[in-house]
Amino acid sequence: MSGLRAPSAARAGADAVKANRSSPESLIRKSLRARYRRERRFYQTGVAAIAMGVLFLLWLLGVSAHQASSAFFQTYIALDIQLDATQFASLPLAADERRQAIADANYNKMIKASLRATFPAASSRQDKRRLYQLVSDSAEYMLRDAVLRNPDLLKPPSVQAPRRFWVLADDEVDMFMKGYIDRAQPEANRRLSDQSIAWIEHLRAQQRIEKRFNRPFFTAGDSRDAEQSGILAATLGSFFTLAVTMLLALPVGIAAAVYLQEFAPKNKLVDVVEVNINNLAAVPSIIFGLLGLAVLINFFGLPRSVPLVGGIVLALMTLPTIIISSRAALAAVPPRIRQAALGVGASGVQTVVHHVLPLALPGILTGAIIGLARALGETAPLLAIGMVAFIVDVPSAPTDPATALPVQIYLWADSPERAFVERTSAAILVLLALLAVINGLVAVFRNKMETRW
Amino acid sequence: MFMSMNSISVIVHAALLTNLRLASAAVLAITIGMAAANAQARDHIRIVGSSTVYPFVTVVAEKFGKSTNFRTPIIEATGSGGGLKLFCAGVGAAHADFANTSRRIKKSELEKCKQHGVTDIIEIKIGYDGIVLANSKAAPRFSLTRKDIFRALAKQTPKPNFNSNASGGGELLARNAYVTWAEVNAALPADKIEVLGPPPTSGTRDAFVELAMEEGCSQVESLHSMRETEPATYKVVCHQIREDGAFIEAGENDNLLVRKLVKNPKALGIFGFSFLDQNTDVVQGSLVDGVPPEFENIADGSYPISRPLYVYAKAAHLRLIPGMAELMAELTDEDTWGDEGYLAERGLIPMPPAERAAFRAAAQQQTTMQF
Repeated sequence: MSGLRAPSAARAGADAVKANRSSPESLIRKSLRARYRRERRFYQTGVAAIAMGVLFLLWLLGVSAHQASSAFFQTYIALDIQLDATQFASLPLAADERRQAIADANYNKMIKASLRATFPAASSRQDKRRLYQLVSDSAEYMLRDAVLRNPDLLKPPSVQAPRRFWVLADDEVDMFMKGYIDRAQPEANRRLSDQSIAWIEHLRAQQRIEKRFNRPFFTAGDSRDAEQSGILAATLGSFFTLAVTMLLALPVGIAAAVYLQEFAPKNKLVDVVEVNINNLAAVPSIIFGLLGLAVLINFFGLPRSVPLVGGIVLALMTLPTIIISSRAALAAVPPRIRQAALGVGASGVQTVVHHVLPLALPGILTGAIIGLARALGETAPLLAIGMVAFIVDVPSAPTDPATALPVQIYLWADSPERAFVERTSAAILVLLALLAVINGLVAVFRNKMETRW
Repeated sequence: MFMSMNSISVIVHAALLTNLRLASAAVLAITIGMAAANAQARDHIRIVGSSTVYPFVTVVAEKFGKSTNFRTPIIEATGSGGGLKLFCAGVGAAHADFANTSRRIKKSELEKCKQHGVTDIIEIKIGYDGIVLANSKAAPRFSLTRKDIFRALAKQTPKPNFNSNASGGGELLARNAYVTWAEVNAALPADKIEVLGPPPTSGTRDAFVELAMEEGCSQVESLHSMRETEPATYKVVCHQIREDGAFIEAGENDNLLVRKLVKNPKALGIFGFSFLDQNTDVVQGSLVDGVPPEFENIADGSYPISRPLYVYAKAAHLRLIPGMAELMAELTDEDTWGDEGYLAERGLIPMPPAERAAFRAAAQQQTTMQF
């Protein structure tokens, strides 16, 4: 602060400098001026460094958000579907069988019939194929689920007339609606034919095609059809993995740090352990993945691709980070706390558990979060244990096969279909948002507990 | 019995290997024991292998999972070689059921399989994939011969003024000195040679080297005598790609490669046909030996740089893992791999009908490979 105020003081004395240029006083003033300049430069460099960091972050966020913004909306098409009464004519009476029979009906046929009824001009095989491709492959399952949710649709007044259902559009149609397909290109260079575009325009004129909030993105697992793919499976996979990681790494890491910092005797063996822990913190993450493959999968026979194994591997990876930061937090607790506790008759363990550890907890948590954040963004160790894979089913336990969020981003970035580009960016945003939430929660928690001495 | 043995050994090992407190050791051991119990029975199919086949087999797997009561198979893109290694590691729930490859299984790999008890393998060819050399639509389309490709990309090329009667092989070769395409072939533009391609770990690279470079190499007359006299050196010369900056390893992400091509109209990129098919509005495939990389040309074999894609199934798992036979049926269905099947829409080049019928029969009758 004084450095910032000083230059004006120097300027005030400028008249005196003019009076006598070579006096010792003027020399001092000159060197002072140089010093203040250097200090200003130092502050400016600091501000510039932070500004650059912020700029890069904004740029990254801006690019991701720009590309991702369209992914949060998805194109839907309204179809007037006549539920095929003949298919539902003789349904069994038992509830389970009835449900199964409804689920087994051929909904694809009803959707195709509806599309043909809307565009009767499409008669050739080629045209019909294109027509059916306007809607997503998932349309039949959406229709099935709608009927299963509301079986009254099959009762006489409803089933007699066509009924309007909104179903997902194909990803090519979605790309067109979002302006990613250039109509000026020759037809051969487009993924969508002139005929398909004409149909879309027809639907648009009737307000039967619109963009809606992309719910499947948050409620579905991976899919090779961009319009059906979502991040729920990957997010849950990340959640289970991190839960296992924290369950293992936090108690073990804190226990190790407490012992090393507070109780360990000073000898060669402890020195070797310390050096090794510091070394482990710098080991490339893929090594931990290979360790997991060799020990957990090949030796212990654990299944591949499960968050349990991923969590154990990432726990090993984050352990050194947690130990090192926990030790630093413990070392920052002033000795007088320990001395006071011991002075009133607490045992060594009581001193640590009742007094030192609670005071060091905010620092320990910070370390744990740094470890957790690194584990959340990690893909390399997961590659070796088979978590980089195409997994559609949403996991419900740490022993179900699953991927993780960064893996999902990697897999989508590598998919040929263009509709995955925006989804990749959207998944990146979700990952960043999760990180921000975790860091924010911890900041709040830490501020509540923090003690100043 | 086996399970409890497993859990006991886990507890013992956890206690021995780590210096944990008893409680954490027990927690670890119990979770591991539970998972080990889980590993004994597997109700989903596991597929490993080529990243080229991955975009096709994942579509089949997803469809299979949605249309049947079986769980959706899990597919890992490990590369052809890595996939076969996992596939051949043994029989049992811990090992993969299918392996995808972008080349035929090698004899050495079959031997490995045999050593680990994987003796009954069903071979299903699913179709073809073309490897294209593409550039931005902003630039004129290239027309290359495989000889051009070899001369532009080989690490060593014969000296232009070499007299084949004069002396031995050592002086025949020099570091590739071609800088522009026009130097390679006067009909090509006078632009700097700049080719973005896959790294050596990629199956696409293997196939490109074998189908384009090796063939182009065999068309260079001054190398013919060398083929007989020094076959080992000849092979190295034909297979090595230059490392002086004209060939740039662009990683495995072909989407990124397409975007780089759009930014740099002077560059060529090497990737699979499915990526060209999805990006026809921004990039164009070069003619190779006068043939454009189009669906029909790859299907009938007239486009020279194309390779077969395979799926291998472990017959011993048919009784162990539910749904394998049904997945093979879905894979070999006409609606899947036929001329108008949904895989063709994804860029897979279908086989001729007779070949399809042969492999479908192999899948239905579960005919195993003879070796």
